Amino acid sequence: MITLEKSSEEKIAIVNVTRRGFLQGALSASAFVLCVGKASLLARTAAAGTHPVATPGTPSIDATAFHPSVFLGIQPNGTVLIVAHRTEMGNGVRTSLPRIIADELDADWSRVEVIQGDGDERYGSQDTDGSHSVREFFDTLREAGATARLMLIRAAAQQWGVPEAQCVADPVHIVSHKGSNRTIGYGELAALAAKQPVPKKEELKLKSPSEWRYIGKPAPGYDVTDDCAGKPLFGMDVRVDGMLYAAIAHPPVLGGKVKSVDDSATLKVKGVMQTIPIDPFTPPHHFQPLGGIAVIADNTWSAFKGRDQLKIGWDNGAHASYNSPDYKKQLQETARQPGKVVHTIGDPDAEFSKGAKVIEAEYYAPHLAHASMEPPVAVADVKGEQVTVWSPTQNPQGVQEEIAKKLGLKKENVSCHVTFLGGGFGRKSKPDYAVEAAVLSQKTGKPVKVVWSREDDIKFDYFHSVAAMYIKAAVDDKGLPKAWLQRSVFPSISSTFDKDAVYGSDGEMSLGWDVIPFDVPNFRSENGKAVNHVRIGWLRSVANIYHAFAVQTFANELAYTAGRDPYEYLLALIGPGHTVDVKQPPDVAAKYPYDTTRLRHVAELAATKANWGKKKSGNGWGMGIAVHRSFLTYVASVVEVEVDKSGAVRIPNVYTAVDAGIVANPDMVRSQFQGAAVFGTSLARTGEITATNGVIDQSNFHDYAVARMNDAPVNVDVQIVDSTAPPAGVGEPGVPPFAPALCNAIFAATGKRVRELPLTRNGFA
Amino acid sequence: MIHLKVNGSAQTFDGDPEMPLLWYLRDILGLTGTKFGCGMALCGACTVLENGKAIRSCATQVKQVEGHEVTTIEGVATHGPHAVQKAWAEVNVPQCGYCQTGQIMQAISLLSAKPHPSDADIDDEMAGNICRCGTYQRIRAAIKLAAKERA
Repeated sequence: MITLEKSSEEKIAIVNVTRRGFLQGALSASAFVLCVGKASLLARTAAAGTHPVATPGTPSIDATAFHPSVFLGIQPNGTVLIVAHRTEMGNGVRTSLPRIIADELDADWSRVEVIQGDGDERYGSQDTDGSHSVREFFDTLREAGATARLMLIRAAAQQWGVPEAQCVADPVHIVSHKGSNRTIGYGELAALAAKQPVPKKEELKLKSPSEWRYIGKPAPGYDVTDDCAGKPLFGMDVRVDGMLYAAIAHPPVLGGKVKSVDDSATLKVKGVMQTIPIDPFTPPHHFQPLGGIAVIADNTWSAFKGRDQLKIGWDNGAHASYNSPDYKKQLQETARQPGKVVHTIGDPDAEFSKGAKVIEAEYYAPHLAHASMEPPVAVADVKGEQVTVWSPTQNPQGVQEEIAKKLGLKKENVSCHVTFLGGGFGRKSKPDYAVEAAVLSQKTGKPVKVVWSREDDIKFDYFHSVAAMYIKAAVDDKGLPKAWLQRSVFPSISSTFDKDAVYGSDGEMSLGWDVIPFDVPNFRSENGKAVNHVRIGWLRSVANIYHAFAVQTFANELAYTAGRDPYEYLLALIGPGHTVDVKQPPDVAAKYPYDTTRLRHVAELAATKANWGKKKSGNGWGMGIAVHRSFLTYVASVVEVEVDKSGAVRIPNVYTAVDAGIVANPDMVRSQFQGAAVFGTSLARTGEITATNGVIDQSNFHDYAVARMNDAPVNVDVQIVDSTAPPAGVGEPGVPPFAPALCNAIFAATGKRVRELPLTRNGFA
Repeated sequence: MIHLKVNGSAQTFDGDPEMPLLWYLRDILGLTGTKFGCGMALCGACTVLENGKAIRSCATQVKQVEGHEVTTIEGVATHGPHAVQKAWAEVNVPQCGYCQTGQIMQAISLLSAKPHPSDADIDDEMAGNICRCGTYQRIRAAIKLAAKERA
């Protein structure tokens, strides 16, 4: 087992560290192992089981700063092992990332074995959020594959005593010397390849896109057969010898504390062993447990049943004042007042004062819960100073950090095994439930599995933020805006980390609010103050949801006010195409300029596929369009609706066009955008979390309804732009344009404008 | 003492007879392919077959299946993968995969009652099974493929 660490003789070394290695004992002694860092190509190699090996051809670097995000091993039997250091939650990373390596390696995909990486800071960031995985690691993965391929070719050339240039990796998994008609397999070359110096980056020959065998080609999920047999180990499925089960009665209001407990009925429940108090958090709540009373039992159901029998008196604290209708009024009131300026173009105030026609509108979107199919769950085993955790987590290093902090241990003493996730959507970036398991394991001295019920999941989520928006525009005689002002107000995710945070962060502003993709000469975006009363967190596409809803609905309103076709008007708003002046880090800006030509193109593709304008809207039938760029990807959605007299909305077709640059696996991209339309349907039609006296009103799928087969879009058509631009995000960008496209379609069909989500608040179902 | 058959094997259970079948399968027998999603028969993740027909194991007490034959996802692949499992893989249905075992059990139940289901039959039968990743379009395609392959 190989990884990198400092040694006294050499500044950089590769050493055998099997017992705490990355690959969990999977490699045989003479395997060829390569680890590659993300920032630049800093490959290290060695045969497993050998002494520390110097790494020629690379500059002196600080080993502690080396983050080998790619681990690749070739076994003597030819099996290629690739560590997936990112989390699989339906995003397809266990397929798309290894296939990028396998392509440049010219490996036979059927001989690739994917190993899930544990939490380890030496991988660099493992936080699987923000639609980062392919776009951040594409270059590194390719370089890793190409490096290994070159070293295999050099090993073969050396063995045969022929020039390297005469050897090729063809067919897959084999190096051939055509001149002498000799071939040798990758497995046979592994030991010799490991002895080759690591090539410099300039020596690598990456394939041209026309040579790709896997990148850009559709492939089924690596785990699909296991998925269909119920074999993958989800967090909910972890079983450890001697494990106890825990259900926790959390404070009904954020920051609440236990005043009194009567657990006598609980302790009479068969299977219940004891109850244990969990301390309330110290503000800010961050990823700390909420506190409450845990019921420990010898099976899950007894723990749940015992919890139902608890009689707890709560001190609800200050957030018991939280009532959604009042809070909504406050947000809306704030949105009508000048706020903190986010971004300005030209002089909107001067333009507004010229007396042109002004159009204004207010929008509102409620809290949402993630409701991933697998509720939060974790198993922890604390033995003295050592902690082992099995958790469905998007953020394994966060699990390590938070548990270490809570138990007063060192982070490296906490090992986190990442299981499959039954959905994540951002909820499982927050490790509070794993910390609960660790606290209870420490207190019982046994492994403990904390299982959240669906009710726990919905009532104690890190909720997607509620938001109020105000937009006004001054328009010319063609109805096009000369000035545009927009304000959003919402409790920020920052409040999770800073109890005094009241403004949206720069990050939240960059999610569809700091700028708009329209050709408007005078523009200002603002943000107003809001205080949080529940835990606020990321949810698939985050602030883009409410921001795109407001901007794309307003654009549609402007079209109708001008008496113009909404699609034709949207193209006029975008204009011929320009680079939007948006705050991005210089390296991102250079690689991913915000180019509205690409947005215009996806709008044209989606509208053309939808036969936009061929059928007259009205009488309960209509189409709506919306566009949005998020996570560096350009998306257009056209939604077709049929609305009956009772207000029931049917969605026979959705036409989506996406420009995400180069895509690793088009079938996965289709899946993600089909899924995003369903996710968008859920939030637009019924998604709403409310509070009464600080207590969340909803609890399970009967009162927090999500889309089902009979009310989800029937057909979602996904067109993927064939692009050579760098890869961008895929998991989230399908969500933001969906709700405004749907609501714009409903307007086309019925003449009723939806300015507040969900549809059930507007007489639709 | 409760007697039942699970995936063809005789089982006896002397625990709380009111324990939901779901938790008996998962926590006592270790058959974790059947999933917990809601506990109220609202999402279908826990779907298993009772004498060949789909039921929600989270809302079925062990005593209610006394003497009956229960089949879980672990028991459907008798001679290689079941036709429905094959169709699911062919269409590449799963995203996260968590709900898919329940979806597959429901689809097996549907196809045994209606070998050639219409779109409306599929909607009616499958509407009780939630997929939060949103794979419904592919589920429908996989059911049609399985129906065709079995014909």
